[in-house]
Amino acid sequence: MNTPVKQHLIDPEICIRCYTCEMTCPIGAIEHDDNNVVVNADVCNFCMDCIPVCPTGSIDEWRVVETPYTLEQQYEFDELPEQEDIEVAPPSADEEAADPVSALLAEAHKGAGGKAKAPASAAKPAVNMYNLGKPAKMTVQGNYRLTKDPDHDVRHIILDPGALPFPVLEGQSVGIIPPGTDADGNPHLPRLYSISSPRDGERPGYHNISLTVKREDKGLASNYLCDLEQGAEVEVTGPFGATFLMPSTPDAHLLLICTGTGSAPMRAFTMQRQRSGATGGMTMFFGARTPDSLPYFGPLKKVPESLLKQHLVFSRQEGQEKEYVQDRMVAEEEEIAELLQKENLHIYICGLRGMEEGVERALTSISESIGVQWRAMRDVMREDGRYHVETY
Amino acid sequence: MLDLINVSYDTQIPNNVGLSQDKKVLKALEKWHPGYINWWNDLIPQNFQESMVYLRTAVSVDPKGWAKFDYVKMPEYRWGVLLAPAVEDRKIPMGEHMGEPAWQEVPGEYRNMLKRLIVIQGDTEPGSVEQQKFLGLTAPSLYDMRNLFQVNVEEGRHLWAMVYLLQKYFGRDGREEANELLVRSSGSEDAPRMLGAFNEETPDWLSFFMFTYFTDRDGKMQLESLAQSGFDPLSRTCRFMLTEEAHHMFVGETGVGRTIQATVEAMNKAGITDPYDVGKIRDLGVIDLPTIQKKLNLHYTLSLDLFGQEVSTNAANAFNAGIKGRYMEQRIDDDHKLQNDTYAVTSIKEGKIVTEDVPALTAINMRLRDDYVRDAAGGVGRWNKQIAKAGVDFQLKLPHEGFHRQIGVFSSVAVDPDGNIMSADEWNKRKDEWLPTKADGDFIQSLMVPCYEAGKYASWIAAPKVGIDNKPGDYEYVKLHMA
Repeated sequence: MNTPVKQHLIDPEICIRCYTCEMTCPIGAIEHDDNNVVVNADVCNFCMDCIPVCPTGSIDEWRVVETPYTLEQQYEFDELPEQEDIEVAPPSADEEAADPVSALLAEAHKGAGGKAKAPASAAKPAVNMYNLGKPAKMTVQGNYRLTKDPDHDVRHIILDPGALPFPVLEGQSVGIIPPGTDADGNPHLPRLYSISSPRDGERPGYHNISLTVKREDKGLASNYLCDLEQGAEVEVTGPFGATFLMPSTPDAHLLLICTGTGSAPMRAFTMQRQRSGATGGMTMFFGARTPDSLPYFGPLKKVPESLLKQHLVFSRQEGQEKEYVQDRMVAEEEEIAELLQKENLHIYICGLRGMEEGVERALTSISESIGVQWRAMRDVMREDGRYHVETY
Repeated sequence: MLDLINVSYDTQIPNNVGLSQDKKVLKALEKWHPGYINWWNDLIPQNFQESMVYLRTAVSVDPKGWAKFDYVKMPEYRWGVLLAPAVEDRKIPMGEHMGEPAWQEVPGEYRNMLKRLIVIQGDTEPGSVEQQKFLGLTAPSLYDMRNLFQVNVEEGRHLWAMVYLLQKYFGRDGREEANELLVRSSGSEDAPRMLGAFNEETPDWLSFFMFTYFTDRDGKMQLESLAQSGFDPLSRTCRFMLTEEAHHMFVGETGVGRTIQATVEAMNKAGITDPYDVGKIRDLGVIDLPTIQKKLNLHYTLSLDLFGQEVSTNAANAFNAGIKGRYMEQRIDDDHKLQNDTYAVTSIKEGKIVTEDVPALTAINMRLRDDYVRDAAGGVGRWNKQIAKAGVDFQLKLPHEGFHRQIGVFSSVAVDPDGNIMSADEWNKRKDEWLPTKADGDFIQSLMVPCYEAGKYASWIAAPKVGIDNKPGDYEYVKLHMA
């Protein structure tokens, strides 16, 4: 199998054949016939000069392919081909046992109470394209502080894979390799971080990715990431994860329960649902100590309720009693009970390991109120790919 | 508001011609600028002038510098004077001076010819803004309003570009001509714009889209041929203007395409299969395809007239002098002098349309028009694909080049859209089948109701497939100033 590559294409349904891109391209990678304007994959070096000059937006199209579309094939396009599912052979059982990333993910997903499954309608993820021996080098495009609380330094870090194909789906993770060696002189192993941007990029079409990272006291990778400056280069492995994914069905309802940086995949889900025009809605229970330490507090307030109904819960808000996500869930029992009876409900839980027990208890009690045994229901949902836990 | 007394031309007028050092031109521009701002302010209704519009501004000529998007009030738009980078050792690409170094100053013998070409080009730029000044009031969406204003400010910038050339290279005459550009006015009795098509009204948005598709495409062809000019500053100016002209083509092609899309979608939804069931289709609040064809006929033929006489000694002289080339001159495989070549030109002989070979040098206009027709046909083909995709049995087509012409060999005969010559009487009797009637115009006008809610579109036009600058569907492209 060929190694997948990223290919630059032009959308023939949107292009108006003004040939501005062709005249701008400094290396002659773009040409046209009477039908289409096309990009020669053997020549294009991803310099991006053609992107801003296009008046239509048709030029900003990328596909990850095993074999690039030839010029002849592109001349015949009436419309742009769909992104094909690029499947990387799954690791065998032995490899899985030896693979530290799989072991980490299995540990993170343990809270679901059984083997995790992806939603039936989820897009097929590409996994393990880059590893320790061959990491992807990405450039830091931005590093923004999300929180005001001085004890909670949470960062929004944007990474650009440049010309490298790095197809991701919401809910997947990447590995970050801190530079240097450990006490034994071996390179550090990658640390896993959830992607907080949707599949077509933090900025649509750019295929860049964002991470949500909290600075941990003495944390090697988190301090390294939080201190990165714009333009720095980072070694990234992955993408990883083939189950904690969102359904493609627009009418599915998503119940998102998270704390702290567990909001990363939830942000990706929300952006993707918004960009794809999903109609089914989402409900979120999001816990933090205070509004100042809740990542994305500002942007979240601008998300309309029709897309995402929000319950932001604070455990250290001055002048208020401590409240945790499970407390609010119990308080909103009726709302959740109604959701639990929907066949298209998908539940996602992400955050610190400590939240699992409380959430589990809340769901158990809410289920009882409608005469359902939570464990049985959970197992059915999990088998359906509708119940997902990722805690750390 | 722009401070007209303390204009820092290097910061407020993005330029790559060293304006702040060029005292003479700076002084001329300082005198001209207030008149320009007055012209602009008097033109477009005030609440739009006060609105924040999400515009693309060119701040430099490298590919990454000329598409900076941000909210700006139109009078504060940064009208740049930008020339495409100089090509080292550029040679005159055609005519009797072919192969000589390109002129950096105006060659004395061609001064008047050059000035005239620049003035004509310059005159079209403000002309179209004048024609479109009231369209904001009936914008079918904020997205379309933004596109209209983008086209307008860029036409304004193109006027700047031509004015710069006049002031920099043509001394006192040039300054006078620059002032005249602000005096003439579209449709004026006393001082109309120089070319006919720029004195026609743009009464509705479909006309605007047809105008940007067909008439701005003539502008593109003219700029393409001026970009070949042996006078290097003109060539560099036009090359950079072409990158912006592409946006105008885009507005036209997608505007007509989206109008068609709304029509075929509404027909399908209502179960109407006959595209000629005009009354029923119009009841759906969309524009029927036969009327769209009529609008196409009108704007296409007005635009063909802009190419002038098929056989023209003026055009031959400009080519021979190395002042104006052909479309894609560099890609044409011939001697670029055309002393012995011929070119096929249509004319009328004994009441019949015939094609005959004439000296290629005299047929420069015809050739450019042929290139234009080919270029214009592309979008029509794509519109037809859209109609076919919707399963509607109808095809738009470009009428015969002899149809409805006021200039050139066909101006003396009456020709139907299929190319049949007929009597003037018969043509007049049937012209309502081919060109928009007053009733058609009234109907289109009745649909022109503004739709100012972000992400919403008037009934007769579909939403675009992609947002400007990749913005989401409900992006507020214009933050309207509510007085």
